[in-house]
Amino acid sequence: MFDYETLKLIWWLLVGVLLVGFAIMDGHDMGVGTLLPFVGKNDTERRVVINTVGPHWDGNQVWFITGGGAIFAAWPLVYATAFSGFYWAMLAVLWALFFRPVGFDYRSKIHNATWRSTWDWGLFIGGAVPPLIFGVAFGNLFQGVPFSFDDHLVSTYSGSFWALLNPFALLCGAVSTAMITFHGAIYLAHRTQGEIQWRALRAAGFFGGLLVLTFAAAGLWLWMSIPGYVIQSTVDGAALPDPLAKTVVREAGAWFANYRRYPATLALPLLGFAGVIAAQALARSGRTMAAFWASSLAIVGVIGTAGAALFPFIMPSSIDPDASLTVWDSVSSRLTLNIMLWATLIFMPIIIVYTSWAYRVMGGKVTAAYVRENSHSAY
Amino acid sequence: MVSEQLVDLSRLQFAATALYHFLFVPLTIGMVWMLVIMESVYVMTGKPLYKDMTRFWGKLFGINFALGVTTGITLEFQFGTNWAYYSHYVGDIFGAPLAIEGLMAFFLESTMIGLFFFGWDRLSRKQHLLVTMLMALGTNLSALWILIANGWMQNPVGAEFSYTTMRMEMTDFWAVVFNPDAQAKFVHTVSAGYVTGAMFVLSISSWYLLKRRDVEFAKRSFGIAAAFGFASVCSVIVLGDESGYTVGEAQQTKLAAMEAMWETEPAPAAFNLVAIPNEAEMKNDFAIEIPWVMGLIGTRSLDKQIPGIREIKLKNRERIVSGIEAVKALDLLRKSPGDSAAKVRFEAHKADLGFGLLLKKYVSDFGQITPAIIDKAMHDTVPRVAPMFWSFRLMVALGFAMLLVFGLALWHSVKGDFADKPWLLRAALLSLPMPWVACEVGWFVAEYGRQPWTIYGVLPTHLSVSTLSVDSLYGSLAGFVGFYTVLLVVEMYLMVRFAKQGPGSLGTGRYANEAHT
Repeated sequence: MFDYETLKLIWWLLVGVLLVGFAIMDGHDMGVGTLLPFVGKNDTERRVVINTVGPHWDGNQVWFITGGGAIFAAWPLVYATAFSGFYWAMLAVLWALFFRPVGFDYRSKIHNATWRSTWDWGLFIGGAVPPLIFGVAFGNLFQGVPFSFDDHLVSTYSGSFWALLNPFALLCGAVSTAMITFHGAIYLAHRTQGEIQWRALRAAGFFGGLLVLTFAAAGLWLWMSIPGYVIQSTVDGAALPDPLAKTVVREAGAWFANYRRYPATLALPLLGFAGVIAAQALARSGRTMAAFWASSLAIVGVIGTAGAALFPFIMPSSIDPDASLTVWDSVSSRLTLNIMLWATLIFMPIIIVYTSWAYRVMGGKVTAAYVRENSHSAY
Repeated sequence: MVSEQLVDLSRLQFAATALYHFLFVPLTIGMVWMLVIMESVYVMTGKPLYKDMTRFWGKLFGINFALGVTTGITLEFQFGTNWAYYSHYVGDIFGAPLAIEGLMAFFLESTMIGLFFFGWDRLSRKQHLLVTMLMALGTNLSALWILIANGWMQNPVGAEFSYTTMRMEMTDFWAVVFNPDAQAKFVHTVSAGYVTGAMFVLSISSWYLLKRRDVEFAKRSFGIAAAFGFASVCSVIVLGDESGYTVGEAQQTKLAAMEAMWETEPAPAAFNLVAIPNEAEMKNDFAIEIPWVMGLIGTRSLDKQIPGIREIKLKNRERIVSGIEAVKALDLLRKSPGDSAAKVRFEAHKADLGFGLLLKKYVSDFGQITPAIIDKAMHDTVPRVAPMFWSFRLMVALGFAMLLVFGLALWHSVKGDFADKPWLLRAALLSLPMPWVACEVGWFVAEYGRQPWTIYGVLPTHLSVSTLSVDSLYGSLAGFVGFYTVLLVVEMYLMVRFAKQGPGSLGTGRYANEAHT
């Protein structure tokens, strides 16, 4: 068994991996859903678009569910405090996600234009709302979240849903939406041809540009006017987790402390930009598969940038900074972290193998002819 | 103190969303094995009829599955949104099986379901059958891990409270996995799912036979459903009884409440077939008893006693009194962790900490506790008897009614004359709602029967909630009810439409009703 401090660090990385995995896998479905009403001009085109993700969206969505489960198991205090504090934001994500399973499965079962168009917009909501809200949530993490604990660690949240929608958080929401839609557009270009592919490439151009701009703007804003958080007391990584046992202060520029201390981490934001540019170029030259990997790397870069800036904080408290949740003091017991590590090490490779197999079986371009031939079974 | 209204609304929302989720889950769990059986016959015989059966019943399975997924996400996140203190307090143990469920089971099920629907032309017959089997495996493993989590709520083994982290922490993972309560729940619950899947196919096939439509298709489906259903309903009854007498105080308390056993009777105790429980005076105003039966079912012996409600409550009163000491010592330790006197006192009463916490429903300052308050908390420790007594009896009655239906269906299916027995077909059709009612009532008995605890003996329900405003709860509850009502209407519309159209909806040209899709 690893020592407690190492396990805490590993789990910070693993939660990051799950988050990135979710953004890459469920993200491209969501991006496709967001683009659906715009790149599909008639029913057949929309069915083509939907069927590029048809066999996979369900498996990909499990990244989201497993991510939630892993945060519950590895960071129970974060799961409890964040989900209850962001109550209405979480419900908005949840209710938006309701449209996906039913939208995919029910849409093409009935021949009726209104019915189908309603579900198309449902799939749009299910694709566009969750990334937007996750971005907004990250934007709020940087500014601190108004929660506190009593003696028995009962958390109280004293903000409102509307306060989450502040300008910086909305900018982060735009980064996240642009990233996921860009990624979906690249995937769509890979799986389609002709008109739809051309529209997907145009969308990739727009959202790629938007991503570069908003990502840079958010970084600049963070640099100029959002103070970070710093733990002042000495940290004992091996100690039993107690989020009330430290002192934390706010300090201008502190969100860039990790970048100053470990300049190698600057590779992450660079990867974000480089990934977008490479994905654009590759997609335009017809190498759409490579473009998908490049845009996946862009996601690693963007999410990694946020994670590296926040470390070791997960969820700073704006009203009681000492109670901020960090990778050291909001984790599970050593035994649970260890068991979950083994479960992840055993099952994650298996998941990757059968997911790749599923993509290989269902690979190739989705065309109007495919939809016509399978009109009873395709989405 | 936590507002009672907040607790009640949080419970109502959880109950509503869980019961709603559980409308879809049992059918998924059962149907998936029917699909495996049908497709295996197809692969072995090569007869297209069995492929059509797999595809048509698979289509209905898919309509149901979509809502199972939709409503399942709610449950995964509701612990965090509405039961924050619960999530913090037991996440160290409870979170692990949920996460493992995702990694081991739900990924597999969800990835394979895509290939099940879309892979027919891209996979060989054997490969496709393998996909269907893996989907079934994933579905059932998923139930296993969820029930390991739920079993731990009833019988919290392999964990210990830590006053430094202010939560329960896992001490023995394998004890959590092999919790006898969880294992009994698993077999009982999946068997109930198998019954649901079988009844679904049996009823709808009967309807085609009554209409004299797609007769060959319906006959084969009926036969498979009758055999699978009969085996499953036997298992659900035998293994249901099993989960009645497994060890643990939570189960004993439930047993006493659902059997309306107020007194500890000399062994072997009598079984109350029918009773009118009187909660205030702790007795039955009227009862029809069958001597010996309760003792036999409950203990599998002639000489072991089953504790009655009065005895359970008195024991719990002692634990509450001891728990007061634990809570007081804990408060001291939270303020000064080095206080060694408090530590000694805490260790002595630690096992009863949960019982002490029950009093927080009534007082926030433990200096103000009176014997009357302790009595109130004591009465809380056993759930109300009448709802338990009657819902349990409803579940059991439905179980035996389904045993009869499947028994007759299997008998006539072996004789080969069921298609000419309209009374049997009509009975099968009318039995369609039975497994759903039984499953929902069974869930109620298990979860209401655990009250006043979320984790038996460890964490009271009223402390488990998130500190949200009552208005937020009204808002979210209204949202869930609204969304779920619309979704249910849409789902039922599609289900009825495709069930009515029958295998013609596959567009193969071999069946009636090909025209409209």
